[in-house]
Amino acid sequence: MAPVLELRGITKRFPGVLANDHINLTVEKGEIHALLGENGAGKTTLMNILYGLYHPDEGEILVNGNITAIKSPIDAIKAGIGMVHQHFMLVPVFTVTENVMLGEEFTKYGGVLDRAKAAQKVQEISDKYNLNIDPNAFIKDMPVGLQQRVEIIKLLFREANILIMDEPTAVLTPQEVIELFKIMQTLIDQGKSIIFITHKLGEVLESAKKITVIRGGKVVGSTDPKTATMNELANMMVGREVSLEVDKEIQKTGEIVLEVRDLKVLDPRGGVAVDEINFEVRAGEVLGIAGVQGNGQTELVRSLTGLLPAIDGTVLLSGQDITHSNPRQITELGTAHIPEDRQKDGLVLGLPISDNLVLNTYYLKPYSNGIWLDQKVIIETGEKLVKSFDIRTPSVFTPASSLSGGNQQKIIVAREFSRPIKLLIASQPTRGLDVGSIEYIHNRLLAKRDEGCAVLLVSTELDEVMQLSDRIAVLYRGKIISILDAKTASKEQLGLLMAGIIGETEKVSR
Amino acid sequence: MTISIDTTHAATSKGMRARERRRRLIMGGIFLGAALFIWFVFVANITPGAVTRFLMNPGGASTETADWVFSSGFALNAIAGVLALLGVFQVVRGFGKLTNGILAAVAILFLFGFLTWATSGGQTNLAGLLRVMVVRAVPLTLGALSGILCERSGVVNIGIEGMMLTGAFVSTVFASLSDNLWIGMLSGIIAGGVMGLIHAVLSIKYKINQIISGTVINIFATGITSYLSSKFLQKTAYQFLNEPGMFPQVEIPILSKIPFIGPILFHHNIYVYAMIILVFFLTFMLFKTRWGLRVRAVGEHPKAADTLGINVFKTRYMAVILGGMMAGFAGTYFTLGSSGRFDEVMTAGRGFIGLAAMIFGNYNPIGSMGAGLLFGFFDSLSVKASLLQVPLPSEFLGMVPYLATIIVLAGVVGKGHIPAADGEPYEKE
Repeated sequence: MAPVLELRGITKRFPGVLANDHINLTVEKGEIHALLGENGAGKTTLMNILYGLYHPDEGEILVNGNITAIKSPIDAIKAGIGMVHQHFMLVPVFTVTENVMLGEEFTKYGGVLDRAKAAQKVQEISDKYNLNIDPNAFIKDMPVGLQQRVEIIKLLFREANILIMDEPTAVLTPQEVIELFKIMQTLIDQGKSIIFITHKLGEVLESAKKITVIRGGKVVGSTDPKTATMNELANMMVGREVSLEVDKEIQKTGEIVLEVRDLKVLDPRGGVAVDEINFEVRAGEVLGIAGVQGNGQTELVRSLTGLLPAIDGTVLLSGQDITHSNPRQITELGTAHIPEDRQKDGLVLGLPISDNLVLNTYYLKPYSNGIWLDQKVIIETGEKLVKSFDIRTPSVFTPASSLSGGNQQKIIVAREFSRPIKLLIASQPTRGLDVGSIEYIHNRLLAKRDEGCAVLLVSTELDEVMQLSDRIAVLYRGKIISILDAKTASKEQLGLLMAGIIGETEKVSR
Repeated sequence: MTISIDTTHAATSKGMRARERRRRLIMGGIFLGAALFIWFVFVANITPGAVTRFLMNPGGASTETADWVFSSGFALNAIAGVLALLGVFQVVRGFGKLTNGILAAVAILFLFGFLTWATSGGQTNLAGLLRVMVVRAVPLTLGALSGILCERSGVVNIGIEGMMLTGAFVSTVFASLSDNLWIGMLSGIIAGGVMGLIHAVLSIKYKINQIISGTVINIFATGITSYLSSKFLQKTAYQFLNEPGMFPQVEIPILSKIPFIGPILFHHNIYVYAMIILVFFLTFMLFKTRWGLRVRAVGEHPKAADTLGINVFKTRYMAVILGGMMAGFAGTYFTLGSSGRFDEVMTAGRGFIGLAAMIFGNYNPIGSMGAGLLFGFFDSLSVKASLLQVPLPSEFLGMVPYLATIIVLAGVVGKGHIPAADGEPYEKE
């Protein structure tokens, strides 16, 4: 029997980049085929070609052995190919049924929506695959895990046989990931095939039947998850030896640097985002804040850095009250901030790298004499930092926007680390970065800790928090529900806490 | 292992509860404030025993209804009492989903109280007041419908004013030349559609800032129609271009014989009937049909629609052109439905007020008609105010709708739902 999907020699060029270089890929019916690769390796381009969003310059796509031209998403849907996008393609104010039938509406009298009939079909699909979805619920009222299931229903509604899932676990808790793998298994059992795109090695080994690794737009190998190891896969992905383990020196903690007491912060819509939380970070330790996205992390960090006013509580930096200080005062007291959205809050994308490197010191000597900027010093400093932080750029005059994510993050790290600091607040410091850059950022963070800096690490990547932290605080619905010692905390225990389930053994310890 | 996980959900619903509570209290406060205002300002300022006399026939009606006479003090106390009860209930329990409806009822009761007080010891033609309200609401509501069509698809349209003006001008010329009102109306609608097409090309294809595109349309339309009007239409030699005539009043059989309501609602020219029909037709189209689902999807999350094979550009073009045609139709009201000639800048900002009605009505046709009627009421009242025994300049009454709009926009009454992708050009990858 012909494979359900075969890609032959797919090539796609963008100006200056060969995004896909003669890629061959074969997916058999009823298998979970993992497509592994770093960000920028060409996975997403390949899938967008398969889904008709891009057109390949060369190569052909065979569905069930027949050459199929896929020029638009409609063609892809017709060929039985569906995609669960990394950022869900759902209209929040529509119901499940409306979202599912959009584009392929059930109608009567030539154009009037037949919601009841569509809802019935959604219900049938939900029952068949055990998805537990209410067809009449509104998307905006649903948790992320269920929204993802609606995306899957959208594909099944269109009778897709090949499901492309683009980084489906990025937004889920560990328990939701387990649920998702169960659903994927049910889909396979019913004869569907899944292409599972990810850069998380553990998940691949756990779920896939076959693994294809892509690097620099080329297929660099296929392996069987039964025999492969994490280190092998990582080396294949990066193309050189990488160490997945972070070596941490024994911590020698000093005095309390950051002390947070009963802090309460509202979100922009007036809801309580951070609910009377307490913690402290000592010199020379990393306190990791774990939690599913949207549990108050953003507001906590924004409040500590002076970007969002606290409505109650106190924040002390080395004993000094900074609760109502402005960002510049907090920066000048020795706080470094790696913001969660580097493009929005971390850089001025249109400005050259040299200017971005002095964004928080430009008004001080020697960069300025009070009125005029000294461009010569700024450029010299920029060149020095570009070299010492290994920022890959043609020159310091290049705008920050034209660098890769990893190099953009290095600009921020260089700016924040090149002045004396005693507190580092790092929010999602490695989001969207490739394995090489992640390794670099992690080492830099730990180097700061070893220098005696207090580090507050906020991350939704549980592995990252566990690797880097000395203590781990779990944030759930704006409250810290537990603070654990990183040496003894298990992944499962943290996963349950992130879902708000507190066991007998880990009551709040402050 | 089965664990129900609802983290983000709970976090948002907590914020929502806090907001809903605040909104409930603010609304209750508004209701109670209205009650207190009636007690302390209206009741305190009437002569004891005075009566209010409302005339129930607009001028020239074919039905006869007796005047409505009642004791001012008693009525005001009764209204204030009802408002106070509603306010207390709102503060303690809350009306939940009915809140907006109750708010509308409170507003109507309060306005009735105001009229009762202002008329106390004299008389007001209530039927005439309401009839004018309906007429004044027409261009505002049609303008709002134009805005709804565009903005539900994700294109901000502040060019409604200019589109209306164009429709008004073109309809005058063509109706005069052809000596046919219907041809005039059709040409006005087409002219509005062309303006809509221009806005669509600028904002969808060239991705120009939509506010600027709309402003350009307003300035262009004002300039060209004023120039052509002063050069030709206002000159005696070209008077034949500015004599379009007007649509006659049509009495709806049977319905127009209903006492009081008949003459207010069912004795107008076709524009009033068209407004009512279009409001319900557009509601049906937007919320019950495939077309409407797609328009709204494109306005909320164009990329989602695109990945499902819906042509975002085509859908937006269609919606914006239809919106332009609606504005053009609204424009023909000024010439063919109201004054029977074209004058420079005769729309006088009604397009912008239509936009306010759209926002007030929460991007919803029926809500927008409600807002249009409210604005129309104050418009009508400010004309009549000089006849009332009110120690208030009529200009102040004219300001009330706009103050109300500012309050609505500030979110006191609860933030409405703006289409999520409103004003954002769609970039295909």
